[in-house]
Amino acid sequence: MSDASLLAIRDLHVTYATGDGPLPAVRGVDLTVERGQIVGVAGESGCGKSTLASTILRLQPSNATVSGTVLFDGRDVLTMRWGELRAVRWAGASIVFQGALHSLNPVHRIGDQISEPLRIHNPSLADRASRQRVGELLDQVGLDPQRARSYPHQLSGGQKQRVMIAMALACDPELVVADEPTTALDVMVQAQVLNVLSTLVRERGVGMMMISHDLSVLADLCDRITVMYAGRVVEEGPARRIFVEPLHPYSAALSAAFPRVGDPAARFAPSGLPGDPPQPWLLPGGCTFAPRCPRAAEVCLPAEPPLTSYGEERSAACVRIGEPDAPSVEPASGHVS
Amino acid sequence: MSLVADPGLVADSEEPGARSRGRGYGSYVVAKVLGSVGSLLFMLLVNFFLFRVLPGNAAQTLGRGRLNTPAQVAAFNKAYGLNHSVLDQFWIFLKSTAHGDLGLSVKYRLPVSQLIVDRLWPTLLLVGVSTILSTLIGVYLGIRGAWNRGSVFDKVSTGTSLTLYAMPEWWLGLMLIAGLGVGFAFVPGLFPTGGLHSPDIVDTNSVHGILDTIWHLTLPVITLTLAYLAEYSLIMRSSLLDELGEDYLQTARAKGLRDVVVRNRHAVRNALLPTTTVIALNIGFVVSGAITIETVFSIPGLGQLSTEAISTPDFAVLQGTFLVASAGVIGANLIANLIYGWLDPRVRT
Repeated sequence: MSDASLLAIRDLHVTYATGDGPLPAVRGVDLTVERGQIVGVAGESGCGKSTLASTILRLQPSNATVSGTVLFDGRDVLTMRWGELRAVRWAGASIVFQGALHSLNPVHRIGDQISEPLRIHNPSLADRASRQRVGELLDQVGLDPQRARSYPHQLSGGQKQRVMIAMALACDPELVVADEPTTALDVMVQAQVLNVLSTLVRERGVGMMMISHDLSVLADLCDRITVMYAGRVVEEGPARRIFVEPLHPYSAALSAAFPRVGDPAARFAPSGLPGDPPQPWLLPGGCTFAPRCPRAAEVCLPAEPPLTSYGEERSAACVRIGEPDAPSVEPASGHVS
Repeated sequence: MSLVADPGLVADSEEPGARSRGRGYGSYVVAKVLGSVGSLLFMLLVNFFLFRVLPGNAAQTLGRGRLNTPAQVAAFNKAYGLNHSVLDQFWIFLKSTAHGDLGLSVKYRLPVSQLIVDRLWPTLLLVGVSTILSTLIGVYLGIRGAWNRGSVFDKVSTGTSLTLYAMPEWWLGLMLIAGLGVGFAFVPGLFPTGGLHSPDIVDTNSVHGILDTIWHLTLPVITLTLAYLAEYSLIMRSSLLDELGEDYLQTARAKGLRDVVVRNRHAVRNALLPTTTVIALNIGFVVSGAITIETVFSIPGLGQLSTEAISTPDFAVLQGTFLVASAGVIGANLIANLIYGWLDPRVRT
């Protein structure tokens, strides 16, 4: 957790000014991505994970107030000058946006859109070299280099998302932020896109922050996972451990929401959670998860539980861990499959 | 190297773009030009039969009771080609139109085509200059207002545009004549109140003559420009505002582009699509819109020719101006389609 980390987010608060008053979307989040590490961020829609992603390149909307620090390579993105920030954008960290269908400009050829950041960050790049690079990138994501002349509407959803990945890798960034990269794609194409993305990231030793609501996908791809609820981190730890033996009841619910094939118990286990996440302007007092928590008790109500360490690089924010009928914490020798 | 680990996952079936890539801008242009030629032919058909199905008899109406004997009526019909069957008349009409012969004006005793050519130039000058000015200024105001939404500039420009948009253009013209043409109190009139040339100009193509024409056209051009730029700036502003929330702009910003590049290369290019349609279609209608302005400023253009022909009535002239006006609309439509297809690859396929 030193400043030498690739990305170190410390005590980040993001509040949107709306007509109905301030809306706190992110409330005191800490998150670290080391070089070459893949970190997953899990949570339902509205938990602040996309807001978190947008602040990494200072892309939050103008009505957002941000406090805390976002250190990229030891420099604070939130306070750097515009020129410096433009240099970090895409060349230092790039984003694979959710909604591939709308993240490409419909009136420009995809080859031009991929080469655009190349030219911006390296103005002396010759036309031929940039065309060649675009061809290589398309080839790497499994698309025909001839496709550079296509327009976005001539591609399928999966192809568009692979173009986004090619674009994200164009300037050899140190960090790739993938914001729900497979939403709106069907299952086969999802697998394919995730496969391309994770292979390329692993092979180049690029750090990645991967945002998803699907804990099973994150467990497969990531080294560590951060689970967010109502703008806060409720659990953080090694990816498989969080999926297999979650500490926080919310992580447990996310984990149970995706049935495991071949596990007869999962077929009858209660999956899903009652209710919706709280509205950010109407946060319940005490533990924000308590109203939906199957294990909520009197002790949850007085104050929001702090993120507490539970040995072996794990932490969770729940006061009932270790109390009767809490999910058991395996000893350090526990299986990590 | 291709990194797709499992070749089975990259199915060939996922190639919807492969077949649609064949059609380029060339075939799109050909299709649109052919469509416009079709519209033009249909318009000729309407132009001919519209005036033939009107009730009344040409010899009686135009003769105003002076053609009494059958011989006189026959002579009149022969002179105007009305002794042939309707289909023969249509064929003759098509042939002569193709040769640029639009018939004779009853009032002027001159070929209609010559009248139209004489009157076309002032209208084109007026409409052309106003369209270019209103497009440039309107689009600029719209872009600046939308990009800095809610700024003082945006509020002033939107307020002014709405006021101008609500004004009838002939009223605006009259106010300009009253203010800048006639003058008020101790302020003298700065511009002529009407006409295209001063009476003392001998050669209208000399430097002095051209300056004189510009001086005469100032007020009408200002009127038309103000009337149309209001609409263009409002449309450009609202279509750019529609684009502001789009995801691809966030992508462009994330790439590290300067704000002005994000605006011009990405946002404006998309926002121009609806604006192009409106402007190009308007060019077609501006020709008729200029009728009121030409009347207010006494400019001897096509609009004035049409209004005179209606009051005479001078059917051949009406038919001729109708032909020019509708050909203008069809041509403007074609231009709109061509620009649209050039701006937006999606409409080409």
